[in-house]
Amino acid sequence: MSVTIQAADFDCGQEIAAMTKGRDDIGALASFIGLVRADTLGTENIDSMQLEHYPGMTEKALAEIVAAAEKRWMLQSVRVIHRVGKLLPGEQIVLVLVAASHRGAAFAACEFIMDFLKTRAPFWKKEVSEHHEQWVEARDKDEMALQRWQDAEK
Amino acid sequence: MHIHLLYFAGLREMLGVATETLELPAEIETVAALRELLAARGAPWTALVTTKNLRAAVNQEMAGQDARVHAGDEVAFFPPVTGG
Repeated sequence: MSVTIQAADFDCGQEIAAMTKGRDDIGALASFIGLVRADTLGTENIDSMQLEHYPGMTEKALAEIVAAAEKRWMLQSVRVIHRVGKLLPGEQIVLVLVAASHRGAAFAACEFIMDFLKTRAPFWKKEVSEHHEQWVEARDKDEMALQRWQDAEK
Repeated sequence: MHIHLLYFAGLREMLGVATETLELPAEIETVAALRELLAARGAPWTALVTTKNLRAAVNQEMAGQDARVHAGDEVAFFPPVTGG
């Protein structure tokens, strides 16, 4: 497992190459990349997004989320990168890369990690446009996305 | 003994403070009591009790209102998270 918080951009291809180098046991690799959308304010496009985080707790929270995924599925490798600071529309924000023997575990774990990242990892987004700026509000939909993982446990 | 307080995102901006160290009164034993203590400073600190869904973490773990706070702890307050 490897978790990184950074201001710099990332290259998914390079991360895949690093994950699979020298291995012949990986059968499936699922990746998720989150991007900054320009149209989130509705009427006015945003100029940039400001990503704030809680240094120390963020890394810990992400490591716990990945550990929970590793407990639930047989995973071979997990890589999470989340960017912070000023990001422009179209830029990458987050990468989740999951390797497993079979696609079922890779797909599911990738989604599980993103669902928990969105609701449990201490990051906050602020949208900035020419005329105003506002903190993004948490959505009930994200909290509800966790439900399926809890339901499945019962 | 002291506790270390951190504020993030919209709350940090509203308060105009990112971190502070506070002498912890002996009678303050929970996150809820700490929120009341800070809110008693008056505006804008009243946000500590009036903000809907305000979250707290004690020593970098998400914590409920009844969570205990002790001298030396790191306690953070922030709005619901919006990463990803």
